Amino acid sequence: MDFLTLLDYLIRGLSLGSIYAIIALGYTMVYGIAKMLNFAHGDVIMVGGYICFFTMSGLSTSFAEGSLAAAVIPALAGVLLSMVVCTALGVVIEGLAYKPLRQAPSLAVLITAIGVSYFLQNAALLMWSSSPKVFSPIVGNGLLQVGPLSISYVTLVTIAACVVIMIVLTSFTGRTKLGKAMRAVSEDKGAAQLMGINVNRTISMTFAIGSALAAIAGVLLCSAYPTLTPTTGSMPGIKAFTAAVFGGIGSIPGALLGGLLLGIIEIFASAYISTQLSTAVVFGVLIIVLLVKPAGLLGKTVREKV
Amino acid sequence: MKKLLSLALALAMTMSLAACGGGSSSSSSQSGAASGASSTSGSTPGEAANAFKLGGTGPLTGDASIYGLAAQRGAQIAVDEINAQGGDIQFVLRYEDDVNDPEKAVNAYNALKEWGMQISLGSVTTQPGIATSSYNFADSIFALTPSASSPDVISGKDNVYQMCFSDPNQGLASAQYISQQKLGEKVFIIWKSDDNYSTGIKDKFMAEAEQLGLNVVGNATFTTDTATDFTVQLTQAKQKEADLLFLPIYYQPASLILNQANAMGYEPKFFGVDGMDGILTMKGFDTSLAEGVMLLTPFNADAQDEATQSFVKAYQDKYGETPIQFAADAYDCVYAYKQALETAGCTPDMSAADINTKLKETFPTITFTGLTGDGAGITWDATGAVSKSPKGMVIQDGAYVGMD
Amino acid sequence: MKKNILTINKSTRSMLFTYTLVIGAFVIIQLLRTFKDGGVGAVLEGQLIPICAYVTMALALNLVVGISGELSLGHAGFMSIGAFMGCSAASALAGVIPSAPVRLAVAMLVGAALAGFFGFLIGIPVLRLNGDYLAIVTLAFGEIIKSLLTNVYLGMDSNGFQFSFLENRNILGEGSIELIKGPMGVMNAQRISSFIAGFVLVVVTLIVIFNLVNSRTGRAIMAARDNRIAAESVGISVTKYKMIAFVTSAALAGAAGTLYGCSQVTFTATKFDFNTSILILVFVVLGGLGNMWGSVIAAAALTVLPEALRQFADYRMLVYAIVLILVMLATNNPTLWNWYARFQRKKAEEKGGAEQ
Repeated sequence: MDFLTLLDYLIRGLSLGSIYAIIALGYTMVYGIAKMLNFAHGDVIMVGGYICFFTMSGLSTSFAEGSLAAAVIPALAGVLLSMVVCTALGVVIEGLAYKPLRQAPSLAVLITAIGVSYFLQNAALLMWSSSPKVFSPIVGNGLLQVGPLSISYVTLVTIAACVVIMIVLTSFTGRTKLGKAMRAVSEDKGAAQLMGINVNRTISMTFAIGSALAAIAGVLLCSAYPTLTPTTGSMPGIKAFTAAVFGGIGSIPGALLGGLLLGIIEIFASAYISTQLSTAVVFGVLIIVLLVKPAGLLGKTVREKV
Repeated sequence: MKKLLSLALALAMTMSLAACGGGSSSSSSQSGAASGASSTSGSTPGEAANAFKLGGTGPLTGDASIYGLAAQRGAQIAVDEINAQGGDIQFVLRYEDDVNDPEKAVNAYNALKEWGMQISLGSVTTQPGIATSSYNFADSIFALTPSASSPDVISGKDNVYQMCFSDPNQGLASAQYISQQKLGEKVFIIWKSDDNYSTGIKDKFMAEAEQLGLNVVGNATFTTDTATDFTVQLTQAKQKEADLLFLPIYYQPASLILNQANAMGYEPKFFGVDGMDGILTMKGFDTSLAEGVMLLTPFNADAQDEATQSFVKAYQDKYGETPIQFAADAYDCVYAYKQALETAGCTPDMSAADINTKLKETFPTITFTGLTGDGAGITWDATGAVSKSPKGMVIQDGAYVGMD
Repeated sequence: MKKNILTINKSTRSMLFTYTLVIGAFVIIQLLRTFKDGGVGAVLEGQLIPICAYVTMALALNLVVGISGELSLGHAGFMSIGAFMGCSAASALAGVIPSAPVRLAVAMLVGAALAGFFGFLIGIPVLRLNGDYLAIVTLAFGEIIKSLLTNVYLGMDSNGFQFSFLENRNILGEGSIELIKGPMGVMNAQRISSFIAGFVLVVVTLIVIFNLVNSRTGRAIMAARDNRIAAESVGISVTKYKMIAFVTSAALAGAAGTLYGCSQVTFTATKFDFNTSILILVFVVLGGLGNMWGSVIAAAALTVLPEALRQFADYRMLVYAIVLILVMLATNNPTLWNWYARFQRKKAEEKGGAEQ
């Protein structure tokens, strides 16, 4: 029984951690290339959740109850549409609020990002009201029985999505031309420009990809924890930011590792230490890790040159 | 010098905004009243002259805005109805945003005071309520809060009254009810440890349960930061073989708990308090999850009486949502004010302090019948605490059914 | 005479300007409060003490971010230590020190000392890190302080203090005061902060910061900020000097917390969360890094701004966000700067022409 509980917590932690990891990927990519902390990322997640919610509840009436089409089409349309909207939103935010600040000190960009975050939250409040919406999971409420363990479909899909995104992103940055351009820009902007890479466009692309990931994260977050309010994204956003730093900000595998570990630690801390102090424990572990490895788990330690 | 210019710019923007606030202050009382209510339909221009200025603070933006907006809207409907009837008592309502922060609540209160507020609806949430009520007391402006439920809101202030149950009373009533009806052998509590409301109910519940011999097998907490995953808490309850989960929390986390308990295949009975009301109105909520959930609540949006139905209809027509208990409490507050002002013979040209004196004498004497509380009516004692009996409700087929 | 002012050292000029600004604002507000009917208005009147507290916070954070060059995202944590401990001290000493201003001063010292102590404890690990990693660790400490303080119960009766954690196990006897009530935070029986005390705190903060910055220590701190390796090579212990700035800043934040706490009817630990830390950072960045009078103006203006926006009702916070973004864009706009630089050059040319 006890071992089973442990396993159950572990799966829960993995599921929570996968969501953190997908959000953290968005943070880490943007940070790696634009060297900015995009605090509005959590709110893009919230927008993604809302778009998917409205698409699904709008479409679900037009299909026969219980049919395959009713199960697949609204969910698929919801995910795709929210990805499209969030990508567009990400590019627009980048173009209007961040691009003019490319030469400005990084703290100025940080403050602008916070302004954008306030803006998105309050716009959502005005447009969609503050009353919570209940999200119906994109894959239904089903349970999979594995021996004595029951795992929900949502958990499985979340973990699977995380793995797939991870693989796609790694091969994208490693193999494609655009991916290589991204890495070049993150290494050295000036040199990349000299080599004929359009730095501005690369940064915009990064925002587009990060925001599309945010949409997926939003859908998964709301599927796993199905209430949706204008502030849904802010706490997971901060935690995912922590996860990105935990794994080594700028590093894609680091974001995955950091996210998963953060999720597991959070669940285990509330299970075996104290539910009241779980946040404190999570942040305590973070501090200890950063003391031992000051650049995060998988971060590169850059030697400072004279 | 670069910084000088940047600051000058920032300052100019702030000042211009502040200036247009100050410049239009003569008209802002009316536009503020109108905009505070989004759209005061049917308000006549001359109304401000012979109407009571009624003000309240609540979170209209941010995390807790659902409660603030509900109260604001409920009160607005009552005010519109009363003004449309055109009796002696007319109101101008103005709600100010406090973002559920005591500091901002005091600012909001001061803005209302500058506007000339004569009677107050206090604050919607508890922590701001504690702050503003002590200003209400110091300034002698009478307050009747719809939903700030901690005893700290009214204690030591003879002119601050509550429309809602106080937190300890809810804990007490819940424990008594569970014990009388023998609803559970082993009770487990999940409460929110950084929340005044939840902590207040839980503390009294635990104390009373011990008195009554209820078997409380354990309790678990969550906080604002961790209000998403309840697996751990539910697993603990399951391992202790609890057959009744007491949830002194608001309906949003409660809906997640129901959802996750269902996913775990754990099916205890659930018992909630008035914060649970609203769970059925959540857009997209699968009401079958709430089947059999019991709660003590003063308000029931599905009640068949005419008053409730017309209120719910008006609310839905205007705001497109089903009202929650906060809206009903605020609606009742306005009508209670109407009755008390009539009884006391107050007129809108009286000063806030004079109205305060009269209302302090009147409120403990009146019996008010409203949407909240059962038919027996609502009374107050001189400390400002309300006395009304909660209704025990159970959810069947997606609707409340009274239990006895 | 005018020429003399212009020829004195730039930093001295900025210092004089800051003092003039603070004292001038204080005198004007005091005059309005005393002589004008209705004073400065109920809203601004109620905000005066919080403004002083936020100005102090902004100055304290500017010492870390601007002067010492480390990004701290957890400064609200120090403010909350100051608020909780200072207010507890003020209530506990109510019987011992009858004079409110003296009691407030003692409470501020207690708040500052404890916040400074925590700043030291946190500084040991934090200051070994760099850049964004340092920022995230301060964020983490801020969150930890918040979640620990939410679970503290502190009471006092005739037998002394009682402390319990997570659950309220204090059994208090006759004549007891509950100083900290866990999630319900602190409730003040009396509010002893005053605008004059706030003004004094701001001035003391300015004196502390300017003295530090214009001393040998301050120059060492700035050297460590500008080039760590170069500073180390001339024998400056970077960690030590960063620690001095960090602890000073934490102590000042603690005093600001006490001032704030003692002005409120009630406050909880959740008030001092990440958002508050960010809010103070916004003051600092908007006012200009290392620019003290900028912090003063930005903190005061941005505290008043949301209240001035009340006429927008539901759109208030949306407008606030837009103003914030626009100000950041405008102040960092290269076209504007070029225009301004041209203007300056023209003026210099004219001046040069006149002298010839």
